[in-house]
Amino acid sequence: MATTEVTAPSLEAQRTPVVNDFSIQVATVNGSGSQSANTVLLRTIFQMGVPVSGKNLFPSNIAGLPTWYTIRASKDGFVARKKEIDFVVAMNPETAKEDVLALEPGAAVLYDEPLNLKDLRSDVTFYAVAFDKIVAEVCKEAKLRKLVKNMIYVGVMAKLLALDMKEVEKAIRRQFATKVKAADLNWNAAQAGHDYAVQNLPKQDPFKIERMNKTEGQIIIDGNAAAALGAMFAGVSVVTWYPITPSSSLVENLIEYMKEHRLDADGKATFAIVQAEDELAAVGMVLGGGWMGARAMTATAGPGISLMGEFTGLGYYVEVPAVIWDVQRVGPSTGLPTRTAQGDIMKVANLSHGDARHPMLFPHSVAECFEFAGAAFDLAETLQTPVFVMSDLDLGMNNWMSEPFAYPTQPLKRGKVLSAEQLTQLGGFARYKDVDGDGIPYRTVPGTKHPQAAWFARGSGHNEKSQYTERPDDYVNNMDRLARKFATARKLVPQADIVQDGGKVGIIAYGTSHHAIVESLSQLLKEYGVGLDYLRLKGFPFGEEVHDYIARHDRVYVVDQNRDHQMFDLLKLDIKPEHVTKLRSVRHYNGLPIDARSVTDAILAQEVK
Amino acid sequence: MATTSAPQPKTNHIGLTVLDYRGGKTTLCAGCGHNAISERIIDAMYEMGVQPEEIIKMSGIGCSSKTPAYFMSRSFSFNSVHGRMPAVTTGAVLANQKMMAIGISGDGDTASIGMGQFVHLMRRNIPMIYIIEDNGVYGLTKGQFSATADIGSKLKTGVINDLPPIDTCALAIMMGATFVGRSFSGDKKQLHTMLKAAIAHKGTAMLDVISPCVTFNDHEGSTKSYKFMKDHEEPLHDLNFVPYFEEINVDYDEGTTTAVQMHDGSKLLLKKLEHDYDPKDKINAVHRIMESHKTGEMLTGVFYVNPDAPSFLDLLNMTDTPLAQLPESTLRPSKATLEAIMEEYR
Ligand SMILES: Cc1ncc(C[n+]2csc(CCOP(=O)(O)OP(=O)(O)O)c2C)c(N)n1
Ligand code: SF4
Repeated sequence: MATTEVTAPSLEAQRTPVVNDFSIQVATVNGSGSQSANTVLLRTIFQMGVPVSGKNLFPSNIAGLPTWYTIRASKDGFVARKKEIDFVVAMNPETAKEDVLALEPGAAVLYDEPLNLKDLRSDVTFYAVAFDKIVAEVCKEAKLRKLVKNMIYVGVMAKLLALDMKEVEKAIRRQFATKVKAADLNWNAAQAGHDYAVQNLPKQDPFKIERMNKTEGQIIIDGNAAAALGAMFAGVSVVTWYPITPSSSLVENLIEYMKEHRLDADGKATFAIVQAEDELAAVGMVLGGGWMGARAMTATAGPGISLMGEFTGLGYYVEVPAVIWDVQRVGPSTGLPTRTAQGDIMKVANLSHGDARHPMLFPHSVAECFEFAGAAFDLAETLQTPVFVMSDLDLGMNNWMSEPFAYPTQPLKRGKVLSAEQLTQLGGFARYKDVDGDGIPYRTVPGTKHPQAAWFARGSGHNEKSQYTERPDDYVNNMDRLARKFATARKLVPQADIVQDGGKVGIIAYGTSHHAIVESLSQLLKEYGVGLDYLRLKGFPFGEEVHDYIARHDRVYVVDQNRDHQMFDLLKLDIKPEHVTKLRSVRHYNGLPIDARSVTDAILAQEVK
Repeated sequence: MATTSAPQPKTNHIGLTVLDYRGGKTTLCAGCGHNAISERIIDAMYEMGVQPEEIIKMSGIGCSSKTPAYFMSRSFSFNSVHGRMPAVTTGAVLANQKMMAIGISGDGDTASIGMGQFVHLMRRNIPMIYIIEDNGVYGLTKGQFSATADIGSKLKTGVINDLPPIDTCALAIMMGATFVGRSFSGDKKQLHTMLKAAIAHKGTAMLDVISPCVTFNDHEGSTKSYKFMKDHEEPLHDLNFVPYFEEINVDYDEGTTTAVQMHDGSKLLLKKLEHDYDPKDKINAVHRIMESHKTGEMLTGVFYVNPDAPSFLDLLNMTDTPLAQLPESTLRPSKATLEAIMEEYR
């Protein structure tokens, strides 16, 4: 049996099984078509009722560079990236050595036989698979072999992890839904891998999957698709964009949904989607659409945000609704275009020159992407201002499990829009007058048939009637009203979620950091007996509940996925000066999604002196 | 017994008087060509009987971009950022295709900072009237060259322009605009007619209107320069002093050439296209424009018209009801739809 290479330290064989609680990393070459195989593996575990999450760590390149996909099974439902890798599937010659050397003792490695990795270490389990030989047998057409080779490791892993092959088949058929031939071919490959493992690879490692029922009724979707759905159900009708990773798939998904679900009875579109010439144009079109009374949005990432600065200031100052999705990636400049970060917080909060401030929403889950897509429009129209939704690559482009999304129960909030009839009753209106004391003026939308409906949207100084003015008192009056409006926004953005309370030390986090925090809290409690409180921010400007939370704690850790602790700084600017020294910063900014262990270690380094 | 009642003001076919088309008082320099263009817009809109509430007046930044404040107060207006009026207009028109958009830009606004958006607007054939108030300089920032300035033209400071001008008309034609013309702010008759045709046009109507800047086209040697006037206008040494100029007026026939004395003393050679010129021939149009550069004439007239090309809105196949007016029941798909989609993700 020359093809089998098994190294099994006797200790490993006796180890207690690790069930439904480990991570798998598949290392392949970008462009080799491993995505389908990885999705099938993820789905199979999901279908067996085990909570699972998948993360794609890919290079900014089309083909040829190393790429990794990590799958985490967690019986406790932890879905953050796990720092430690338990099982590596090594398919990429370029990184195989490095990947194996980085493993913790006790891990397992499945590798392509020619890589000959088994002598690298004696404290991990190795399984060698002759992929080329197997693929030659299952796939007669040489040029298709590259595509199905990866599905073989799914079969091997199924055997090693005790996955139900019926579920594997189901996942494959789902993956290749309409392409029956491809489905058959891939299913054959998976079976061949499975047979090979049965014959050649006696189980040596402790990792296995057992059926649970923790995923029943749940969906798997990525944040960008969820956001697109949310926007569609929130009545978006003008969508403009300029392609940029990781936001492109948000609009690409939206195009597909809208074409299917938003045609009227005559087959005509109830929307316009435009690929603009650049981000300046994209956001300019959004402002034009918002001014006209339509729900308009765009999606972009950091470089696009930079370009949108001037127009965002205009939107703030002329007070027209706009929704901008910032699916954040790593900067500055081009940075790491396909890696994740929360690095645009400070920039967006004050985007543009002069005194400009913008509400932000921080979704942490796919369900919240769906929900906040609608909330952002309601907020933008209520406040008559650009509203930013701060997603990130991890949320936007990775698959997450979730409860199905809840159908919106509230009608669309269109804000203070005056009709021709109301204008007649009122005898006209002053566009920028603070009638209600909340800083939010009344507007009319162009086309309102009334001689007094018109107003002049201008980015230059204007008085309550929107007439041009450079008078100091008019300017101050207007800016003070805008500040009052921003204070109103504090009450209108989603309130922070106080997950845990009552102690003296707390954590504040936002967006995708949430998942690592939840896990870190349990680590801190279990391993060190320290129970920390936790508040998750959902919106900016910060509400009273955030101020109160900080006030009643002695120390509060603010977790940021950026180098310059941007949320920590933003909070410092907002809270009472006497509370500022309570804040401590925890940062994570290597481009990988934040993990619990890093948070736990960082907090303990400061707590346990 | 005859009673003399006050004469009824004249009204257009929708019953409005020319006053209903007026705007605020201009704050531009007296004699600025831009003011003459505003007047022509007022007349054309009045004559065509356009409902002011159905107009959106769009602009970027510059003296020219200020002009929407000086006509049609009953219309909605958006003074956006420098060079990016095309995007705002596109978004607005998408949201409500029943509104008629008129955009006013400058040569700096269009041919420099806004060049990218300009060509994309032309290429999309967005239904709107796009007017460039073209004076070859930046007015509002006090006299720098714009990208339409002619080679050899001189700034107040004596700097000579050595870069070739961008011909916005030739560019617009090549990019896909479907109504392209050039006129002169002082040619009442031609501009008036051209504007009325533009109002009637279905796609992008791009008009480059030569519009002299009285304040920054007045270099040394001109008898009508600011300095000359100031030197000869005895007591006025006030900083706000603005020399009064008559707006330039010309009236001449198709096919002929006329020389116009500009405020700075220079001469502008205007030539009108002959009446048998075929404006449907794109290649000939560009050819004629290029030829006029060689002869040093400023060719005016409607260079190109294609009334049949589909506009961007046609390509989008939108509902007749403007998107901005669709009810929630149309905008939000049903609960069953969401449930079906969720099922696909299970
Ligand atoms: C981003 C930006 N850059 C520069 C300016 C300054 N600026 C204001 S008007 C203008 C030029 C306007 O020239 P033109 O469009 O020819 O109009 P005119 O004033 O001559 O009518 C410039 C450069 C600005 N407002 N915004
Ligand atoms: S500076 Fe020139 S363009 Fe500006 S208003 Fe005066 S004359 Fe007109």
